[in-house]
Amino acid sequence: MVLEVSFAHQPAASQPAPITETPVVRIVLISAALAFLAFFLVLPLIVVFVEALRNGFDAYRSALTEPDTVSAIRLTLLVAAIAVPLNLVFGVAAAWAIAKFEFKGKAFLITLIDLPFSVSPVISGLVYVLLFGAGSVLGPWLKSYGIEVLFAVPGIVLATIFVTFPFVARELIPLMQDQGTGDEEAALSLGASGWQTFRLVTLPNIRWGLLYGVLLCNARAMGEFGAVSVVSGHVRGLTNTMPLQVEILYNEYNFAASFAVASLLALLALLTLGLKSILEFRYGDHIAGASKH
Amino acid sequence: MDLSIRRVRKEFDHFPALHDVSLDISSGELIALLGPSGSGKTTLLRLIAGLESPTAGAIFFGEEDASHKSVQERHVGFVFQHYALFRHMTVAENVGFGLKVRPSALRPPKAEIRRRAAELLDLVQLSGLEKRYPHQLSGGQRQRVALARALAIEPLVLLLDEPFGALDAQVRRELRRWLREIHEATGHTTVFVTHDQEEALELADRVVVMSQGRIEQVGTADEVYDEPNSPFVYGFIGDSSALPVRVENGQLWTQDRMLGLSLPGAPDGEAVLYFRPHDVELVDGCGGCIAGTVAASRRVAGTRRVELEIGGERARVEIEVPLDHRASEKSRIAFKPRRWKVFYRDGVKAAPKSPHAQAHEGRILALTGA
Repeated sequence: MVLEVSFAHQPAASQPAPITETPVVRIVLISAALAFLAFFLVLPLIVVFVEALRNGFDAYRSALTEPDTVSAIRLTLLVAAIAVPLNLVFGVAAAWAIAKFEFKGKAFLITLIDLPFSVSPVISGLVYVLLFGAGSVLGPWLKSYGIEVLFAVPGIVLATIFVTFPFVARELIPLMQDQGTGDEEAALSLGASGWQTFRLVTLPNIRWGLLYGVLLCNARAMGEFGAVSVVSGHVRGLTNTMPLQVEILYNEYNFAASFAVASLLALLALLTLGLKSILEFRYGDHIAGASKH
Repeated sequence: MDLSIRRVRKEFDHFPALHDVSLDISSGELIALLGPSGSGKTTLLRLIAGLESPTAGAIFFGEEDASHKSVQERHVGFVFQHYALFRHMTVAENVGFGLKVRPSALRPPKAEIRRRAAELLDLVQLSGLEKRYPHQLSGGQRQRVALARALAIEPLVLLLDEPFGALDAQVRRELRRWLREIHEATGHTTVFVTHDQEEALELADRVVVMSQGRIEQVGTADEVYDEPNSPFVYGFIGDSSALPVRVENGQLWTQDRMLGLSLPGAPDGEAVLYFRPHDVELVDGCGGCIAGTVAASRRVAGTRRVELEIGGERARVEIEVPLDHRASEKSRIAFKPRRWKVFYRDGVKAAPKSPHAQAHEGRILALTGA
């Protein structure tokens, strides 16, 4: 766009345009992309809100204040509040180890971090069922101490942590690798301790990338369906998260309520997208790791 | 602070980067570690700093063995090639960082840190830029901030890793002169790494020439330039020409011709003659001299360089001739090197794996032509 504006001031005749496609081709390609986006992304989003508000705003509000729904929202927030900070710590630790140190099995660790991305979430859930189920060793042992993992909140938290683990680490590894170890070495040579170096140098260098990773991690933690569905047991008002609540309401033909809860998730997605865009716009170079000062 | 590096060896994954290197540096000296990439110069510098630990050997700071001290305990000022300034801190915060992270008992009060930072920025001629961020500075300014930051902790030694490597030629020359001034003003023992011989020769009290993980020669600029002790140093420092020769009865020969250069009492054998292209004397007619056919000629600044093809071996050497010399192609030129050196080949042959490293251990006979 900027290019076109600046070219408009120049005599067009003498200079060949740097873009060789004819205007027709460009318009066709751009409208094809826009039509695709409208059909597959914008339209469904609109439908969610239209359906949610079909019976009016009062119905929308009462659907959201229904006790089971409120408890689903609470559970989702709780799970995210546990899973996201833990993954923040794990992610920073893993990225720090991978980017700043040389050790055997590094490639294996990177593969391991990517594992949750490559495994279907349903399988992630099933793994926990096998690990903590009635037929397993761990399940009954924990149960004898009164700790329920499966079909209870701990299971949901575990499954969510597993599925959302890569987000922070994946965001930070390339960034930290790109930044290298120069700043840390400089801090150490100036007498800073390891912890001071991390707190005063490493952490500020990655803060925007970290925030970005946390945002994505949070969006996924709140929206995760597959893995949580397997381990939750779908106990109404107890182990239902928002995505599960959407499904239950929908299966009961309670479309308005179902879409009302879905609209909250859609709002979360829009909010994440907005924050993400602001971050990319303002601190793009810090996130992509392209900043070489 | 005297520095003593004693038989230091460093291997990375069993690949040796430094072989038993020893070097003594006296207090207040300005030392250049000069060598091509892969020569181990940066590794040696990082070993002194404590950013790497030696596989064998020891590094003494004064009388004290510092080999097992951490980088924090060594109190070195380290300046990195790419500055490594903290990008989220202002210039003043960068300079004050080393004081700010001290344990609270040793930490100066905030006002004192600020005062000290301002003082150092004045020394590096950056007063008034305290509140800027690194990305708002030019490359030369950043490197000066990095130096001020290193000086802030009152280091025992100052170590600089290719400090001007990322800067353009003009800024480099300026900073070179300026670093010399700072060195004279502060008197720190300073070691810097460079691959730029001009920088090393101009700036350093002594130059340490390194190649393939070994020290080839240590000496003043005059010593390493005028008295290179190995073919490597001859080839690496300044321009040089090499001509394969034979020593026979104390005389140097190309295949069929006596060169008029004598080495009385030298044993017979295959050797290589080294001399500087500018350090030659043109002669008329040739009874006992080096003569060759002009193969190429090019203008270099105030002189003309010609490439001569010598004898039947098709060996080529380069010499300098006056601008008005009519060095047309195919014409013959005869000359005698004024200063020259001969290195035998058997030392080279004895060590096919690392020719440079072994060369100086071979028999060296060096004579200045009369």
